Amino acid sequence: MAYSVDFNLRPIMELELESLRGDDTAQDSMKGTGLESGSRETLEMEVLTTEGRDRLASQMSDVRERADERSEESIQTNLLVRKRWSTTTLRVLSSMPSRSIGQQSRLEIISQCNIRSTQLRRYHRQTQDVSLSSRPSIRGYGIEADSEDVCEEETKRQELVNNLQSLSAGDRVRLLRATPLSLAEKTKLRKLVFSDKVGQSLLSSQVPCCSLLKRALCHIWFGCLFILSSLQLWQVALKRLGGRFGTGVLSYFLFIRTLLLFNVFLFLINGLFLVLPQAIYPPLHTPSSHRVTGLELFTGTGYLSNSLMFYGYYTNSTINTSCRPDEATAGTGCGTTSDPHMMAYNIPLAYCFTIGITFFITGIVLVYSMSKSFGRSFRVFKSQGNMAIKVFCSWDFKVSKKMSVRMQSENITTQLKELLSEVKGGEEEKGRLSGMAVHLLAWSISLGSTFFCALGIHCFAKYMHLRRLEDAEGEVSVLHEARLLALPGVVSCGNLLLPGLFNLVSWMENFNSPIVRLYVSIFRNLLLKVSILGVLCYHWLGKIAAEPEQHGLQCWESFVGQELYRFLLVDFIFTALYTVFGEFIWKRFSQGVLRRRRKPVFDIARNVLELIYGQTLTWLGLLFTPLLPAVQILKLLLLFHMKKSSLLVNCQASRKPWRASQMSTLFISLLCFPSFLGAIVSVTYTILTIKPSSGCGPFRNLPFMFHSGKQWAQELKSTNHKLAWLNWVHHCLVENPLFLFLLAGVFLMVIYIHTQVLDGQRKTISLLQKQIENEGKDKKFLITSLQAIHEKRQYPLSPSSRPQGSELWRKWSLKGECTYFSLKNTGPLWPKSTNWITGLSLRISALT
Amino acid sequence: MGTTASQLGKDLLSEYQELTFLTKQEILLAHKRYSELLSKEDRNLTSVPMEKVLSLPELKSNPFRKRICHVFSTSDMKDGSLTFEDFLDLLSAFSDSATLEIKSHYAFRIFDFDDDGTLDGGDLEKLVNCLTGKTEDTRLTPEEMRQLISNSQISVLQNRIEQLEQLLEENHQIISHIKDSCSGADRLWRCVPQRTAALP
Repeated sequence: MAYSVDFNLRPIMELELESLRGDDTAQDSMKGTGLESGSRETLEMEVLTTEGRDRLASQMSDVRERADERSEESIQTNLLVRKRWSTTTLRVLSSMPSRSIGQQSRLEIISQCNIRSTQLRRYHRQTQDVSLSSRPSIRGYGIEADSEDVCEEETKRQELVNNLQSLSAGDRVRLLRATPLSLAEKTKLRKLVFSDKVGQSLLSSQVPCCSLLKRALCHIWFGCLFILSSLQLWQVALKRLGGRFGTGVLSYFLFIRTLLLFNVFLFLINGLFLVLPQAIYPPLHTPSSHRVTGLELFTGTGYLSNSLMFYGYYTNSTINTSCRPDEATAGTGCGTTSDPHMMAYNIPLAYCFTIGITFFITGIVLVYSMSKSFGRSFRVFKSQGNMAIKVFCSWDFKVSKKMSVRMQSENITTQLKELLSEVKGGEEEKGRLSGMAVHLLAWSISLGSTFFCALGIHCFAKYMHLRRLEDAEGEVSVLHEARLLALPGVVSCGNLLLPGLFNLVSWMENFNSPIVRLYVSIFRNLLLKVSILGVLCYHWLGKIAAEPEQHGLQCWESFVGQELYRFLLVDFIFTALYTVFGEFIWKRFSQGVLRRRRKPVFDIARNVLELIYGQTLTWLGLLFTPLLPAVQILKLLLLFHMKKSSLLVNCQASRKPWRASQMSTLFISLLCFPSFLGAIVSVTYTILTIKPSSGCGPFRNLPFMFHSGKQWAQELKSTNHKLAWLNWVHHCLVENPLFLFLLAGVFLMVIYIHTQVLDGQRKTISLLQKQIENEGKDKKFLITSLQAIHEKRQYPLSPSSRPQGSELWRKWSLKGECTYFSLKNTGPLWPKSTNWITGLSLRISALT
Repeated sequence: MGTTASQLGKDLLSEYQELTFLTKQEILLAHKRYSELLSKEDRNLTSVPMEKVLSLPELKSNPFRKRICHVFSTSDMKDGSLTFEDFLDLLSAFSDSATLEIKSHYAFRIFDFDDDGTLDGGDLEKLVNCLTGKTEDTRLTPEEMRQLISNSQISVLQNRIEQLEQLLEENHQIISHIKDSCSGADRLWRCVPQRTAALP
């Protein structure tokens, strides 16, 4: 125990009471320094601008000041239980924060309340002068040490009542309510306090009209909040899941909800600005001769290919509100109207800007939430002091089911053991050759399988394409349609099977720490998904989009869109199948045949990575399939309910500890970095460098997609002089790379500053923690020496029986100064936090 | 104190409202629950014995239930029996709107098993034993317990109520809302999911 000084106090002798009185001067000097510290600290506070520091600082000063304030009372309560320690030591001891906290006597609480009320009163009197840190000292309202508790309590109470009476009614009520006294006590106090008022129905008579109004408004506001919170998606289900499976599983479902909100946003923007206008003014197109087989729903071909779903359907016309639909779609006259009052809606432009803006906003939201969650996961104690949180704050008093209570205890036990083993075995290392070999083998297996999977997908895609070319010459049959589903099927199979292999490999590796194991498995799965998507993107954008004629495609954008649609769908089907077979059947099998009691465990990392994969597909396909977010929304909704019911029926809570906050940070950063960034790179690549197909879509007859904006700007310049500045804006913002560079620079700077601030806070926190520890050590040392001095005084004639006294004193006179100065030097930020110690040493010197 | 009458007086109600963090409805509901605890023959009693309080479904399986009763009880017998006012105190301290100071005060007292005003090694051991449950396989071994108690992080924290307060601020789940469960299942889910798991 580094900090807590362990005092085994025995009852004290009565006569020592006398000596207690004599030390008032020393006590005063101590208080004087305490008071000084207040003003000194205000200065420091101004220097330290960071909020967290301020809070910590004020808390630290609180600790010290409260210690000073309560020194007198605690001694009273402790008087009867001590014997061996000298009175001075006892006095010092009792003024220590650790001793004065837990004394839960009514007396003390009342006096604390008293202090607070005087503070409040002072605050009201001189609002501008009193800052948070410079609290008024108790000295002015000195509580005389009185030998009789009862008497003192009475005077205290009277004082408190007086203090309270000088406050406003609202403050009184608030102060009384916030006092940790029993209700009966509070009722008594309240009667005393409000005795000067005649009216007994206090609530109505004393609360002024405006505050009644405020109260009513508060009620309405809370009612609104309540309704709002009840509107939050799936609140009940999430609560239930969290109560049963813990925060880890909950983070998965919250992640689904986050993704759902992203997709709803994408869908709304796309639907409003792109799909809706086009749906109101549909283009003329030849009625399709496709048979309806139902398979189109899966492949996206047939009648679906010529619908609002895909890129190919959209026109390159401008819609005018006055134009009739058939005129508008013909693209004659309306497109180049010269009437400035007419609202023209340029579909290609809308397409370009809608996609751009959705990506932009999504990116900003992602980065923002990432920074937020980074900030959260590096909070004060989360950085290191996990143990204390686990012990003091891990119990959820909400849990009332017996099973859940057992589950919670089990979880806490495993987590505690986890932490203890981390503390103990931090430096333990394997370092064996066989271990290295196993790791090498595992990595080569996983990397090799990933590589072969990607290669296989590449070859298979090529092969399937050749087959499709052959088929295209003949009659279109159902079989050919179904063959389109082969590639997504193979990819999803790989996605399903390889993680199983990785699990097997990591089981073989036998990691020491479950966290390392988790990160390794996430990394491997991620690598697999990234390489698969990379190969597919190369296939679509590098091969098909580059020479669409060679592949016999009229409209390659629609084809790629259909492919992505198929991938999304097949991925969902495979997930559903996995849920049924992997979880339901397996549970039945293992319970029925293998007679195992344990149910399968819900694999959070893998499920989250699947979600991320699906979201990447959606982002990739946004350009080619504007309605893909709608499909993703449906998928996520179904997935939520499917996973929820499967979880409730089949699975059990994981026994592994799961640091939910850190994991959600990881998830969101994975979503941001490879997933979103990859999607944005490939979409930008498509817009900037690939020639859109000339036969379909909004960008037909353009060399590149981004030319539509250019064209529009030039048109605008020639037709509408009032809006010519938009051309300039477009030129500056979109075509000039300088702006983009500036934007990126500012963005990076903001990120940099943010990380610096976080880093600084963390450093300060560790400094403060060290400071606390040092203070504890110093206190312990000083108290021991104080005791020694006292013993030396008491037994001056028998040095042999108490040899350590003088020795300790000598030591202290050397070392005490040293510690004092070294403390002063080590903590440049907080030199005054040694004040308590200074007070102590002053006292000691006054004594000797 | 005579507050166990079937109907609370208007003045008393407003007084309770003023002195606790509960609303009128909650106080009435608490009163209903409390009168249910008193059986017919002991209607004239002013306090409910601890065994009865512990039979509340919200407290039934809570490992700290006895401590909670003892902390909130004002009876001179130290038997953990609760008067209605004590019961209201309990609900008020556990409600959402209670201040952190109140919560940490009572949390400290609940965790201070031997009522000596400090959280020392013995308290810590009892606390951990409560957390880990009664069964043999979930308990920490003596060696682990020793290690935990001597853990510097904990001992830095162990005596400081301010630190506990800060911890509470960090992690809201420590004190939750018995109030919610006492006011019916429809409001149970008003308490938001734990902050630790919240994704933005």
